[in-house]
Amino acid sequence: MAEDILHEVTQADYKYGFTTDIETDIIPIGLNEDVVRLISAKKNEPDWLLEYRLKAYRHWTTMKMPEWAQLKIPEINYQNISYYAAPRKNAPKNLDEVDPELLNTFNKLGIPLEEQMALSGIAVDAVMDSVSVKTTFKETLAEKGIIFCSFSEAVEHHPDLVRKYMGSVVPHTDNFYAALNTAVFSDGSFVYIPKGVRCPMELSTYFRINAINTGQFERTLIIADEDSYVSYLEGCTAPMRDENQLHAAIVEIVVQKNAEVKYSTVQNWYPGDKEGKGGVYNFVTKRGLCKGDNSKLSWTQVETGSAITWKYPSCILQGDNSSAEFYSVAVTNHHQQADTGTKMIHLGKNTSSHILSKGISAGVSNNSYRGLVRVAANAENARNFSQCDSLLLGDKCGAHTFPYMEVNNDSAIVEHEATTSKINEDQIFYCNQRGISTEDAVGLIVNGYAKEVINQLPMEFAVEAQKLLQITLEGSVG
Amino acid sequence: MNTTNNNQSQAQTSPLLGRTGEPLLTIKNLHANVNGKEILKGLDLTVRQGEIHAIMGPNGAGKSTLASVLTGNPAFEVTHGSVTFYGKDLLELSPEQRANEGIFLSFQYPVEIPGVSMVNFMRTAINEQRKYRGLDQISATDFLRLMREKKELVEMDNKLANRSVNEGFSGGEKKRNEIFQMAMLDPSLSILDETDSGLDIDALRIVANGVNKLKRPDNASIVITHYQRLLDYIIPDFVHVLYDGKIVKSGTKDLAFELEERGYDWIKQEVEETR
Ligand SMILES: Nc1ncnc2c1ncn2[C@@H]1O[C@H](COP(=O)(O)OP(=O)(O)OP(=O)(O)O)[C@@H](O)[C@H]1O
Ligand SMILES: [Mg+2]
Repeated sequence: MAEDILHEVTQADYKYGFTTDIETDIIPIGLNEDVVRLISAKKNEPDWLLEYRLKAYRHWTTMKMPEWAQLKIPEINYQNISYYAAPRKNAPKNLDEVDPELLNTFNKLGIPLEEQMALSGIAVDAVMDSVSVKTTFKETLAEKGIIFCSFSEAVEHHPDLVRKYMGSVVPHTDNFYAALNTAVFSDGSFVYIPKGVRCPMELSTYFRINAINTGQFERTLIIADEDSYVSYLEGCTAPMRDENQLHAAIVEIVVQKNAEVKYSTVQNWYPGDKEGKGGVYNFVTKRGLCKGDNSKLSWTQVETGSAITWKYPSCILQGDNSSAEFYSVAVTNHHQQADTGTKMIHLGKNTSSHILSKGISAGVSNNSYRGLVRVAANAENARNFSQCDSLLLGDKCGAHTFPYMEVNNDSAIVEHEATTSKINEDQIFYCNQRGISTEDAVGLIVNGYAKEVINQLPMEFAVEAQKLLQITLEGSVG
Repeated sequence: MNTTNNNQSQAQTSPLLGRTGEPLLTIKNLHANVNGKEILKGLDLTVRQGEIHAIMGPNGAGKSTLASVLTGNPAFEVTHGSVTFYGKDLLELSPEQRANEGIFLSFQYPVEIPGVSMVNFMRTAINEQRKYRGLDQISATDFLRLMREKKELVEMDNKLANRSVNEGFSGGEKKRNEIFQMAMLDPSLSILDETDSGLDIDALRIVANGVNKLKRPDNASIVITHYQRLLDYIIPDFVHVLYDGKIVKSGTKDLAFELEERGYDWIKQEVEETR
């Protein structure tokens, strides 16, 4: 039933065109308890989930937008937003109707034609093809007992798992955006890897298209049971146009004893135009709990999109000997602003964390790394190493580093290194003199700089991510 | 002998210069500024296929500026004159087009590019050149073979080739790396800007041998140097003195000996006298 509604909502516009009467699926703008109830009802949710949403909503009304980040956020009127995935208006009917600049970028990234259509919002058979790919894929996973489905499906078919873990890593009270997401989340993904199972494929490589239409309040829950392994990919390198300005997602990960989760993101939401008009505000709460002993969690992110990014994928190292990694490349160009980093909370004994952050700023953009390393009093022998590098293209952009350390145990070793460098005209000319264009030279230098992070990505994704970095910085030097 | 070289066609008509090859590079009355200051003040030079031209001259005379202008460094502004390369208007072309047309500069101060491996850098450069010339990308095997061959030519350490471009290279290693790149890209006009400075005696011989081995009847070199010593290894067809933004004297390699012995004062004097 939930599936039907989801399908109806996402496909309605394509099926009937924009003259269709779809009033039943439009919730008026604004947010109140009735809207929360309506969202829950439309998704046919159980009472406990509605209650949870309402609790989050009530808490949210007592909260304020965080203001500590190095970001200039224009005032957001939360009563002026529609909180239910409204069908896309004026969806293009074929590629001729799609912004040529967008297609140009698709081509540079080497994205197959059918995916281009899907990404542009064209409803075609190509999408159906991918659905059939998905089905065979799902069978393989099912054989191993792996659950991989939309969040709504999980609520319907695996309510106990959802109920047990949802909010256990990011409680609804965590922060303003987390409370908002919990109240109104649209959909997202759910993953469960059973004990002792090694997921045989990168989850979501086949699912690039799946990420579309999950809406602006996405919610992901990943549970890796004991001795299991999974590598999960979110997002896609293709530019994602979205009419929704505000995105507030939650990702929760639970890693049990001896289990390992790798979570990779490529975020390329619409960054706004060169003058800084438009663009997505991306306010995300991502957190993983290394719950069991010897558990391992690794975040890798390539952030190139969005007008404003507020995002700190974090790890709570609860289990003894647990370890965590955070690899990040964040690129800002033109008027983009990013305040991103991580939190490593060491609770168990012999835990270790590694942070590698590479910021790249161009144009008049602002790029900040903000990271917290906290070692609790009982966390014997905690170990952290952080490396935060900034690369500047031009002299009108800004790079900032805010490392916070709270070390409450003398046995801890916490190290932090930071560098700032600049691509200079001499380097560009040197490349030019060897026949390499300025654009390619910037690509070479930037990819060299970001290599250690890019190398963490699955192969095919890495190649696209490399091209993406270059495209994002086009025209930023010379 | 007319030494001031105000006559634009002097270089071609000088009795010294019994030339046969096709003109590769023709510079006429070239004026160029940097930061609003005129550095090149009416420079003439013609380089034909098969020739090696040495350019000498006191510090600050404009030798590196000439190299920068020929290769299209955007910091330099051409205010007057013309440069043709194979009959094409060189000044119309972007730096990378000039490179892909076959002009190579061995920099006086090679630049470090952290994070970019020599292998990746060279492969990109070679493929850009091939693309410009309408050729397919080089295969991995061909590329590796080429790398090996050229490394041997300049006796370059394998370790250097595996590092980032010039990063942490010693002064001499950087110079050797320039000649390695030159060998890889096989230019028709190479400009060596003080490639000899910073090289030890063995390295000087190796680098010079490399240059000589790359010499062909259809290419040419401009060798900028302060020392006659290099010209023992790389025998120039012509030696020019660049002073105050102009070529004020041209001769054979004997001129280099004379300069080594007498310095530049007598040339400066000659120039002053004819003013
Ligand atoms: N970017 C620049 N800004 C200002 N002045 C410059 C710049 N580059 C060169 N010059 C000046 O132009 C003049 C010529 O410099 P150039 O480097 O061409 O000399 P050179 O003949 O190569 O000298 P050397 O033998 O010391 O290498 C010098 O006076 C130098 O200070
Ligand atoms: Mg010089």
